[in-house]
Amino acid sequence: MKIIKWLIGTVILAVIIITILVRPFAFLFYPDLPFMGFLARGIYILVLACALCLYRILRGPTGADRIVALDIFGIMIVGFCALLTISTGRMWYMEIGIAWALQSFISTLALSKYLEGKDFDE
Amino acid sequence: MNNIIGLIFISIGLLFDFFGCLGLVRLPDVYNRLQAATKSVTLGTCSILLGTFIITGFNAAGLKSLLCILFLLLTAPVAAHAVARGAHRAGIKLCEGSVVDKYAEDKEGEI
Repeated sequence: MKIIKWLIGTVILAVIIITILVRPFAFLFYPDLPFMGFLARGIYILVLACALCLYRILRGPTGADRIVALDIFGIMIVGFCALLTISTGRMWYMEIGIAWALQSFISTLALSKYLEGKDFDE
Repeated sequence: MNNIIGLIFISIGLLFDFFGCLGLVRLPDVYNRLQAATKSVTLGTCSILLGTFIITGFNAAGLKSLLCILFLLLTAPVAAHAVARGAHRAGIKLCEGSVVDKYAEDKEGEI
Protein backbone atom coordinates (compact mmCIF):
# COMPACT_ATOMS: atom_id res chain seq x y z
CA MET A 1 0.00 0.00 0.00
CA LYS A 2 2.86 2.34 0.85
CA ILE A 3 4.63 1.47 -2.42
CA ILE A 4 1.54 2.50 -4.40
CA LYS A 5 1.45 5.86 -2.60
CA TRP A 6 5.15 6.42 -3.32
CA LEU A 7 4.64 5.56 -6.98
CA ILE A 8 1.70 7.95 -7.34
CA GLY A 9 3.66 10.76 -5.66
CA THR A 10 6.72 10.14 -7.84
CA VAL A 11 4.64 10.18 -11.04
CA ILE A 12 2.93 13.46 -10.04
CA LEU A 13 6.27 15.10 -9.18
CA ALA A 14 7.83 13.90 -12.44
CA VAL A 15 4.92 15.30 -14.46
CA ILE A 16 5.20 18.67 -12.68
CA ILE A 17 8.98 18.89 -13.17
CA ILE A 18 8.73 17.92 -16.85
CA THR A 19 5.99 20.53 -17.29
CA ILE A 20 8.28 23.16 -15.77
CA LEU A 21 11.36 22.25 -17.76
CA VAL A 22 9.80 21.61 -21.16
CA ARG A 23 6.70 23.84 -21.00
CA PRO A 24 4.51 21.97 -23.46
CA PHE A 25 1.42 24.09 -22.79
CA ALA A 26 3.01 27.52 -22.62
CA PHE A 27 1.82 28.57 -26.06
CA LEU A 28 -1.78 28.34 -24.87
CA PHE A 29 -1.33 30.98 -22.18
CA TYR A 30 1.46 33.15 -23.54
CA PRO A 31 1.53 33.41 -27.34
CA ASP A 32 4.68 35.54 -27.15
CA LEU A 33 6.59 35.38 -23.88
CA PRO A 34 7.72 38.89 -22.90
CA PHE A 35 10.77 37.77 -20.90
CA MET A 36 13.71 35.44 -21.17
CA GLY A 37 13.12 31.71 -21.10
CA PHE A 38 15.24 31.09 -18.01
CA LEU A 39 13.33 33.60 -15.92
CA ALA A 40 10.03 32.09 -17.04
CA ARG A 41 11.19 28.68 -15.74
CA GLY A 42 12.33 30.33 -12.51
CA ILE A 43 8.92 31.89 -11.99
CA TYR A 44 7.33 28.47 -12.56
CA ILE A 45 9.62 26.93 -9.90
CA LEU A 46 8.64 29.66 -7.41
CA VAL A 47 4.95 29.06 -8.16
CA LEU A 48 5.48 25.35 -7.44
CA ALA A 49 7.16 26.19 -4.10
CA CYS A 50 4.26 28.51 -3.22
CA ALA A 51 1.86 25.64 -3.99
CA LEU A 52 3.75 23.46 -1.47
CA CYS A 53 3.36 26.25 1.11
CA LEU A 54 -0.37 26.45 0.39
CA TYR A 55 -0.63 22.69 0.94
CA ARG A 56 0.91 23.12 4.40
CA ILE A 57 -1.44 26.01 5.16
CA LEU A 58 -4.46 23.91 4.19
CA ARG A 59 -3.42 20.74 6.04
CA GLY A 60 -1.47 21.95 9.06
CA PRO A 61 -2.34 19.89 12.13
CA THR A 62 -1.82 22.86 14.46
CA GLY A 63 -1.98 26.62 14.17
CA ALA A 64 1.80 27.06 14.38
CA ASP A 65 2.27 25.15 11.13
CA ARG A 66 0.00 27.59 9.36
CA ILE A 67 1.86 30.57 10.82
CA VAL A 68 5.24 29.17 9.72
CA ALA A 69 3.94 28.47 6.22
CA LEU A 70 2.49 31.99 5.99
CA ASP A 71 5.85 33.47 7.03
CA ILE A 72 7.70 31.44 4.39
CA PHE A 73 5.09 32.42 1.81
CA GLY A 74 5.65 36.08 2.61
CA ILE A 75 9.43 35.77 2.27
CA MET A 76 9.08 34.00 -1.06
CA ILE A 77 6.82 36.68 -2.54
CA VAL A 78 9.71 39.16 -2.12
CA GLY A 79 11.83 36.96 -4.39
CA PHE A 80 8.92 36.76 -6.80
CA CYS A 81 8.79 40.56 -6.97
CA ALA A 82 12.55 40.62 -7.68
CA LEU A 83 12.15 38.19 -10.57
CA LEU A 84 9.30 40.29 -11.97
CA THR A 85 11.53 43.38 -11.71
CA ILE A 86 14.14 41.81 -13.97
CA SER A 87 11.78 40.16 -16.40
CA THR A 88 9.46 43.08 -17.09
CA GLY A 89 11.91 45.95 -16.54
CA ARG A 90 9.54 47.94 -14.35
CA MET A 91 11.26 49.31 -11.27
CA TRP A 92 8.26 49.66 -8.97
CA TYR A 93 7.89 45.91 -8.37
CA MET A 94 10.80 46.15 -5.89
CA GLU A 95 8.84 48.65 -3.77
CA ILE A 96 6.04 46.11 -3.56
CA GLY A 97 8.66 43.63 -2.31
CA ILE A 98 9.91 45.93 0.46
CA ALA A 99 6.36 46.74 1.60
CA TRP A 100 5.44 43.06 1.57
CA ALA A 101 8.50 42.15 3.70
CA LEU A 102 7.55 44.78 6.32
CA GLN A 103 3.93 43.67 6.45
CA SER A 104 4.85 39.98 6.66
CA PHE A 105 7.25 40.58 9.58
CA ILE A 106 4.73 42.58 11.60
CA SER A 107 1.91 40.10 10.97
CA THR A 108 4.10 37.13 11.94
CA LEU A 109 5.04 38.80 15.24
CA ALA A 110 1.37 39.55 15.98
CA LEU A 111 0.28 36.00 15.15
CA SER A 112 3.01 34.48 17.36
CA LYS A 113 1.91 36.69 20.25
CA TYR A 114 -1.65 35.52 19.66
CA LEU A 115 -0.44 31.91 19.67
CA GLU A 116 1.34 32.44 22.95
CA GLY A 117 -1.90 33.63 24.51
CA LYS A 118 -0.66 36.86 26.03
CA ASP A 119 -1.18 40.57 25.48
CA PHE A 120 1.13 42.78 23.47
CA ASP A 121 2.57 44.43 26.57
CA GLU A 122 4.85 41.59 27.60
CA MET B 1 28.98 38.98 -18.12
CA ASN B 2 26.94 40.63 -15.39
CA ASN B 3 23.85 38.87 -16.70
CA ILE B 4 25.50 35.44 -16.46
CA ILE B 5 26.74 35.99 -12.88
CA GLY B 6 23.33 37.29 -11.83
CA LEU B 7 21.52 34.34 -13.40
CA ILE B 8 23.85 31.91 -11.57
CA PHE B 9 22.97 33.60 -8.26
CA ILE B 10 19.26 33.50 -9.14
CA SER B 11 19.36 29.79 -9.97
CA ILE B 12 21.11 28.99 -6.66
CA GLY B 13 18.41 30.95 -4.85
CA LEU B 14 15.63 29.13 -6.68
CA LEU B 15 17.09 25.76 -5.68
CA PHE B 16 17.31 26.83 -2.02
CA ASP B 17 13.70 28.08 -2.08
CA PHE B 18 12.37 24.88 -3.60
CA PHE B 19 14.20 22.59 -1.16
CA GLY B 20 13.07 24.70 1.79
CA CYS B 21 9.45 24.32 0.78
CA LEU B 22 9.97 20.59 0.24
CA GLY B 23 11.22 20.40 3.83
CA LEU B 24 8.16 22.35 4.94
CA VAL B 25 5.97 19.62 3.48
CA ARG B 26 7.97 16.50 4.37
CA LEU B 27 9.26 16.99 7.93
CA PRO B 28 7.23 15.67 10.89
CA ASP B 29 7.12 18.50 13.44
CA VAL B 30 6.55 22.24 13.81
CA TYR B 31 10.08 22.89 15.03
CA ASN B 32 11.68 20.76 12.32
CA ARG B 33 9.66 22.56 9.66
CA LEU B 34 10.66 25.93 11.09
CA GLN B 35 14.30 24.89 11.21
CA ALA B 36 14.32 23.61 7.64
CA ALA B 37 12.20 26.25 5.99
CA THR B 38 13.22 29.57 7.53
CA LYS B 39 16.98 29.33 7.06
CA SER B 40 17.04 27.97 3.54
CA VAL B 41 14.24 30.18 2.23
CA THR B 42 15.84 33.30 3.72
CA LEU B 43 19.19 32.44 2.13
CA GLY B 44 17.56 31.65 -1.20
CA THR B 45 15.60 34.88 -1.32
CA CYS B 46 18.70 36.89 -0.40
CA SER B 47 20.55 35.17 -3.25
CA ILE B 48 17.76 36.07 -5.69
CA LEU B 49 17.88 39.71 -4.54
CA LEU B 50 21.68 39.76 -4.91
CA GLY B 51 21.30 38.47 -8.46
CA THR B 52 18.78 41.23 -9.14
CA PHE B 53 21.27 43.80 -7.84
CA ILE B 54 24.05 42.40 -10.04
CA ILE B 55 21.87 42.43 -13.17
CA THR B 56 20.28 45.86 -12.76
CA GLY B 57 23.33 47.66 -11.32
CA PHE B 58 23.25 50.83 -9.24
CA ASN B 59 19.71 51.65 -10.14
CA ALA B 60 16.56 52.41 -8.16
CA ALA B 61 15.63 48.72 -8.13
CA GLY B 62 19.18 47.56 -7.36
CA LEU B 63 19.60 49.76 -4.29
CA LYS B 64 16.13 48.76 -3.08
CA SER B 65 17.07 45.10 -3.43
CA LEU B 66 20.21 45.68 -1.31
CA LEU B 67 18.01 47.34 1.32
CA CYS B 68 15.65 44.39 1.15
CA ILE B 69 18.55 41.92 1.73
CA LEU B 70 19.54 43.82 4.88
CA PHE B 71 15.95 43.92 6.10
CA LEU B 72 15.34 40.19 5.50
CA LEU B 73 18.59 39.18 7.24
CA LEU B 74 17.58 41.27 10.26
CA THR B 75 13.93 40.27 10.57
CA ALA B 76 13.60 36.62 9.50
CA PRO B 77 15.45 35.10 12.54
CA VAL B 78 13.43 37.33 14.89
CA ALA B 79 10.15 36.13 13.39
CA ALA B 80 11.25 32.48 13.49
CA HIS B 81 12.33 32.75 17.12
CA ALA B 82 9.03 34.38 18.09
CA VAL B 83 7.02 31.65 16.37
CA ALA B 84 9.07 28.87 18.03
CA ARG B 85 8.71 30.44 21.47
CA GLY B 86 4.97 30.92 21.02
CA ALA B 87 4.51 27.34 19.82
CA HIS B 88 6.44 25.93 22.76
CA ARG B 89 4.49 28.02 25.25
CA ALA B 90 1.19 27.07 23.63
CA GLY B 91 1.97 23.45 24.50
CA ILE B 92 2.59 21.89 21.10
CA LYS B 93 4.36 18.57 21.55
CA LEU B 94 7.64 17.62 19.94
CA CYS B 95 7.65 14.69 17.52
CA GLU B 96 8.17 11.18 18.87
CA GLY B 97 11.76 10.59 17.88
CA SER B 98 13.10 13.76 19.46
CA VAL B 99 15.78 13.33 22.10
CA VAL B 100 16.27 16.51 24.12
CA ASP B 101 14.13 19.50 25.09
CA LYS B 102 16.30 22.10 26.81
CA TYR B 103 13.65 24.80 26.91
CA ALA B 104 11.24 22.71 29.02
CA GLU B 105 14.11 21.87 31.43
CA ASP B 106 14.89 25.56 31.82
CA LYS B 107 11.26 26.36 32.53
CA GLU B 108 11.11 23.62 35.18
CA GLY B 109 14.22 25.04 36.81
CA GLU B 110 12.68 28.50 37.00
CA ILE B 111 9.55 27.34 38.78
